[in-house]
Amino acid sequence: MTVTAPPRPSAAPPPPARPSAGRRVVATLLHWWRRLTAMRTAIVLLFLLALCAVPGSLLPQRSLSKNNVTQYFTDHPSLAPWLDRLYLFDVFSSPWFAAVYLLLFISLIGCVLPRALDHARALRAAPPPAPRHLLRLPDSGTLTTPLTGIAALDVVEEELRVRRYRVVRRTGTSGPEVSAEKGYLKETGNLLFHLSLVALLLGLAGGKLWGYEGSILVTEGQGFCNSFQQYDTYSSGPLVDGADLTPLCVDLHDFRAQYEPNLTASSFTAKIGYGAPGQTDTDATIGVNSPLRVDGDRVYVTGHGFSPTFAVTLPDGTKFTDVSVPFLPTDQKTMSSEGALKLPDLGAGKDKQLALQGLFAPTGLVQNKILTSVDPRPLAPEVAIFAYQGYLGLDSGIPQSVYSLDSSAITRGQLTKVGAANLTLGQSMTLPDGTKIGFTGFKEFAALQFSHDPGEYWVLASAISLLLGLLGMLLLRRERVFARVTPASDGGGTVLTVATLTRGSGESGPRFAALTDDLDAALGARASKPEVPPRDS
Amino acid sequence: MTPDPSLAALSDRLFSISVALYSVAVLAFCAQLAFGRRPARTPELVAAGAGAPAAPLPPEPVEPTRSRRWGQIAVSVAVLGALTHVGVLVTRGLATGRLPWGNMYEFGTAMVLVAVVSFLVFAIRVPAVRHLGAFVLGPVVLAMVGIGLFLYAEAGPLVAALRSSWLAVHVTSAILGFGIFFVSGIASMTYLARSRYEAKLAEGTARTDSILARVPSAATLDRVAHRTAVFGFPIWTFAVIAGAIWAESAWGRFWGWDPKETWAFIAWVVYAAYLHARTTAGWRGRPAAWVNTTGLVVMVFNLLYVNMVSTGLHSYAGLPK
Repeated sequence: MTVTAPPRPSAAPPPPARPSAGRRVVATLLHWWRRLTAMRTAIVLLFLLALCAVPGSLLPQRSLSKNNVTQYFTDHPSLAPWLDRLYLFDVFSSPWFAAVYLLLFISLIGCVLPRALDHARALRAAPPPAPRHLLRLPDSGTLTTPLTGIAALDVVEEELRVRRYRVVRRTGTSGPEVSAEKGYLKETGNLLFHLSLVALLLGLAGGKLWGYEGSILVTEGQGFCNSFQQYDTYSSGPLVDGADLTPLCVDLHDFRAQYEPNLTASSFTAKIGYGAPGQTDTDATIGVNSPLRVDGDRVYVTGHGFSPTFAVTLPDGTKFTDVSVPFLPTDQKTMSSEGALKLPDLGAGKDKQLALQGLFAPTGLVQNKILTSVDPRPLAPEVAIFAYQGYLGLDSGIPQSVYSLDSSAITRGQLTKVGAANLTLGQSMTLPDGTKIGFTGFKEFAALQFSHDPGEYWVLASAISLLLGLLGMLLLRRERVFARVTPASDGGGTVLTVATLTRGSGESGPRFAALTDDLDAALGARASKPEVPPRDS
Repeated sequence: MTPDPSLAALSDRLFSISVALYSVAVLAFCAQLAFGRRPARTPELVAAGAGAPAAPLPPEPVEPTRSRRWGQIAVSVAVLGALTHVGVLVTRGLATGRLPWGNMYEFGTAMVLVAVVSFLVFAIRVPAVRHLGAFVLGPVVLAMVGIGLFLYAEAGPLVAALRSSWLAVHVTSAILGFGIFFVSGIASMTYLARSRYEAKLAEGTARTDSILARVPSAATLDRVAHRTAVFGFPIWTFAVIAGAIWAESAWGRFWGWDPKETWAFIAWVVYAAYLHARTTAGWRGRPAAWVNTTGLVVMVFNLLYVNMVSTGLHSYAGLPK
């Protein structure tokens, strides 16, 4: 795909002296500006943009799933760092992607602004004079009438004005003529479309700069407040000040998942209370497809799961009830979930910390001592847990997942497996040192997401005006009609030459035929009623 | 709601009947091509094919009666097939009590129906376009067989995320856009073959008994491709915008470069490039037709790859595991 500028007419006789350096720089800049704003450059940039987006869908992206990127690094240890250096895991925030779309938008602005000025002038100007050789236009023809030239043009003007053309009468070198034009909205639509694209990008950028979102798992009966310290994960634009977040708190009262007979999830609803800190007394029900919307902020339910609760009785008889942690669902169909419960303070000393890791099945089925879940509803909850004792490493400064144990600590022997069991509700297991662990129940949790995007409505408005502009641009027609009268060669009457120029969809031929038929009929009607006084224009 | 098994079975039977009727229509369209007389050499076709879109169309060669009759039979059978095809979706919708485009099988079936209907609208209004029938309905039959074999999903209820009135808006417009682009892409592909044939014709090296002698002229094909794309582009734009609005209330953001979103964007950009290319010197004619063909490839890739291979938020295709 090569882009070459069309051969330009070489500048008139060579200048006597070399132009100054400043002029040459300006000329070069102008040359490149023209190239950048040429339509063929825009097409190549559009293609480049499409091409640049492709790796963003074929390779894992950090913006979508950090885990998948980590997995890719593990699977392709030598290739991944190179791809990373090329920003291929952050395609849509990479400098080269930005370069392409910024160039495209500069090209677009450079193309559209002059057009907008031209159009503004055209809107106020009269339709252009008729070309000298009307019969060379694609749709053209002649009509003869016994009327005088002026009377014939009167009829043409009237017919065109009824059709809402803008009409102007002139006396050209080849005789009296009429120029008419309509369909200015087509160009207006074109400009609206392209300017809306620019507005949309600005809104998008604004949203990225001043927007943020945070996610958190909230168990029934608990809540959270909108601050970055509370969220499990959050991302925020560079211009977001953590102190300026909306002071909003949300309490999760009740979460319910409902299923069809074939176990397709039919609805997830969360009953919540929200309000300023300490005043979360406004009730609302949110769910899939219906977030909470408060003053430009939104709270979503993005997932759900179960937190099994355990009772731990230490050998000395100390009992801790209601110890619980969210287990993350690994299979949405059966809600089979995995998680880890870390109890650094329960054991006797730093080397005797206790941890449970395992699987929660809302409706358990044990085959060959392996627990699986067969139903997403909590009909017969069961857990398969491994108990570990040793040093958990929570205070080591090395970050670790809340939802699983540090597997390297297990291989290093810092944590040792001290027991394993499948427990149904109410059952318990006893560890070698006498610690008793009972499976006492479960709670449901909801994954909630708090989003703030100040650019959202701006983007929506731009998208709607973009669509309107597009419709106007593609569906409307811009038509120019020219007519000129010359005396008929045989003496009596007038020859009327009519031609049209059309820009836009559809076939122009049949419409031209219809127009000339109407003109012919109108001319005939006028000719048969000679008593009508001539217009005094 | 539990699906009604007898209606669901009726829907499946109608699917087979539609495939059979379309196959018969393809045969009839082939017969139309086979019995068409050799058109007289018309070198001016070449000039129009490469020329400006505003140029008046050259008249299509007059068609012999036998060929025209086959064309009429083909169109009638295809209309019948489209009616049973509508029946497939209606009975599915009644069986499940929801809009019949909740998984890939239903989406594909509806998309192909839109392609057939938009072709038939052209074929009924512009008889010359009927010669394109075998090239449109052939891929349609292949697509239907593929959909029936590999994408089939039992009639069933929708997952929670799809229970929104935006399903009717977003998916319907995506189906319409896709179906219309399908016809546009076929027209551009045929244009590529036909314009090369016309160039050879001008050189005098073309075989006049070639099947390409009987497809519509390059100028007609170019116009069919452009007009369908002009019709499809705002619909596709609307589908993307509606999808963004739905995503904002379902997934917490209006745009997140989910694989499906990315490919919808790529397709949008490619079609925008096509519409620009067609009015830009140096891109008119064959280069523009290649862009449009790329657009269709992107659409098909978006349907198959993104739902079957990649994992994203749009992965509720209901594919058999």
